[in-house]
Amino acid sequence: MNDTLLQLNNLRVTFPVNHGLKGLFTPRHKRSVDAVAGVSLQLNKGETLAIVGESGSGKTTLARALNGLVSIASGEAIFDGHVLHQDPDWSQIRREMAMMFQDPTGSLSPRMTVRSLILEPFAIHSVALNDPDQTAISLLEKAGLSRRFLDRYPHQLSGGQARRVGIARAIALQPKLILADEPTAGLDVSVQGEVLTLMNHLKRDLGLTTIIITHNLNILRHIADRVGVMYLGRLVEVGSVEEIFNTPSHPYTKALLSANPTPDPDATHHRIELIGETPSLLSRPAGCEFHTRCPWAKAQCSRVMPDLETHTNAANLVRCHFPLNELHPGAISRPD
Amino acid sequence: MKAVLQVQNLSVDFETQRGRLQALRDVSFSIDAGEIVGVVGESGCGKSTLIASLMRLLADNAILRSGSALLQDKDLLQISQRDMQALRGRDISVVFQDPMTALNPVISIGQQMIDIQHREQISKAEKRKRVINILEKVGIPDPASRLNAYPHEFSGGMRQRVCIAMALMMRPKLLIADEPTTALDATLEVQVLRLLQELQSEIGCSILFISHHLGVIAELCSKVIVMYAGEVVEYGPVSQIFRSPSHPYTRKLLECDPGRIKERSHVLPSIPGELPDLTQPPPGCIFRLRCDLATEKCLKQIPEAQAVSTDHWAKCHYAESAQ
Repeated sequence: MNDTLLQLNNLRVTFPVNHGLKGLFTPRHKRSVDAVAGVSLQLNKGETLAIVGESGSGKTTLARALNGLVSIASGEAIFDGHVLHQDPDWSQIRREMAMMFQDPTGSLSPRMTVRSLILEPFAIHSVALNDPDQTAISLLEKAGLSRRFLDRYPHQLSGGQARRVGIARAIALQPKLILADEPTAGLDVSVQGEVLTLMNHLKRDLGLTTIIITHNLNILRHIADRVGVMYLGRLVEVGSVEEIFNTPSHPYTKALLSANPTPDPDATHHRIELIGETPSLLSRPAGCEFHTRCPWAKAQCSRVMPDLETHTNAANLVRCHFPLNELHPGAISRPD
Repeated sequence: MKAVLQVQNLSVDFETQRGRLQALRDVSFSIDAGEIVGVVGESGCGKSTLIASLMRLLADNAILRSGSALLQDKDLLQISQRDMQALRGRDISVVFQDPMTALNPVISIGQQMIDIQHREQISKAEKRKRVINILEKVGIPDPASRLNAYPHEFSGGMRQRVCIAMALMMRPKLLIADEPTTALDATLEVQVLRLLQELQSEIGCSILFISHHLGVIAELCSKVIVMYAGEVVEYGPVSQIFRSPSHPYTRKLLECDPGRIKERSHVLPSIPGELPDLTQPPPGCIFRLRCDLATEKCLKQIPEAQAVSTDHWAKCHYAESAQ
């Protein structure tokens, strides 16, 4: 039995760059940026994969490319038998692959009631319902809201409630895959837990396969099975959630984890502070693209670009010449 | 130590179509010289109203019901707009959440920073020198050459550094930082926090640091003010409050933070219920409806601030037993 739901091979998404008149003299390869620069990964049925990275790392663009909202420049993407990179019938695919957008309230039309918002997916895909009200109520209840919300408008909902309506919409057509873009962004801490618990329950009850896009490392541990870390449009590390948290192999993953302030005044921080800022996509550093900020960079790093591969001394797939690990404790302490 | 800012019994209402919304009720706290005090609370708790009151930037429908806010000996809530204007930027300044909208997009950074020194009786060249000086301090590489750059030419982290430079240029006594790192990525957030710490110790100003991120507060601040639905429910040293919170709301808030839960869990804690309607605040304790410990007494009597230890109090009848 084939368990693979989604297979990406070297997927690239590019955006044109407007140089104005100067563009006439700009070499062809500089007229576009690679927002997603060759991502390969495999997603199995029932799995929750989290894509983490900072703004501009291409995580949202990746999700939008899978849903046909931006076009794939090159590479392969196969979703449950559909070939996504050859201009497929997107409406059929979107029926099987639902998207939860970032802004919980902003992604709901302000002029529609919760009832019509939840029934909209059925209308778009011309699915006839025997009892629309009953369907709407049962979906609402699955998302943890009572039927009294049916006639409300989005502005009458709190952030957490709007997010639940978004979840009800996403699961309406029983999709095979859900793409959740920052499911907890903009929600208060006290509500985040509710939404994550709901997503965990739905995963268990409906056997959902999910890709979660987030920059919030704190929530990952409780919701993801596997994690992919992105930097400048490329995956730099992929591994199980435990391995990413316990033995991060890429210096960027390590820095990202240590940059995460914890509400514990006693915590002793072995913090790796990165120097400088993320480079521009227009001028990617040569060699390893992280070497400009990496505290452990060596001469080789500025010349040769590492591949995303397995290393004998690292648990995860990692794009680094000198992956960190516990076998080399010297690598963990800060140089200098 | 002498308090730089002393807020007492501050209450602010907003006139709305549904009636008077009591956005701040009886808020009192003080900030000592050179201290970094955090304000933590969720959306709707009154953080923004608090800043707007202190800066005298409240909307027209706001009504100051009671209270005073002494910045050294001047009451920020009573002095004339003209006097307030003289204080802003010189004695009290703000770093806002979004560094893009805080800067004027069509004026170069250098010009903006020279403009804000309009009160100084010094030559333009000297003002320019001052700008270069402070930009260097906040870590802008080669500031002299960046003076003609526009905000869009800077990255998010750099823009926030420029905003911090502008706020600290006149060495204010009090800096209000309104979620200055929320719009930044994790690795940049750390850089900005470090920068604030360094500048604070150099300039010696006090900082009122607003955030909803408990981790950031724990890292940066020495004292913390916990707000809920327009009230300060707990106040005290960070080390005490984070280790043994005395108000049930603080305790629940800390429990909810996914960063604190190190073991993988499929059911995460949350605070059930919703914020009360502040046009008609419920009688008794404001947190009663969402509190596990609530009793008859909580319905009948609004809790006073109960001292837990020196400089640490909580507005809860059961402040001791809540621990």
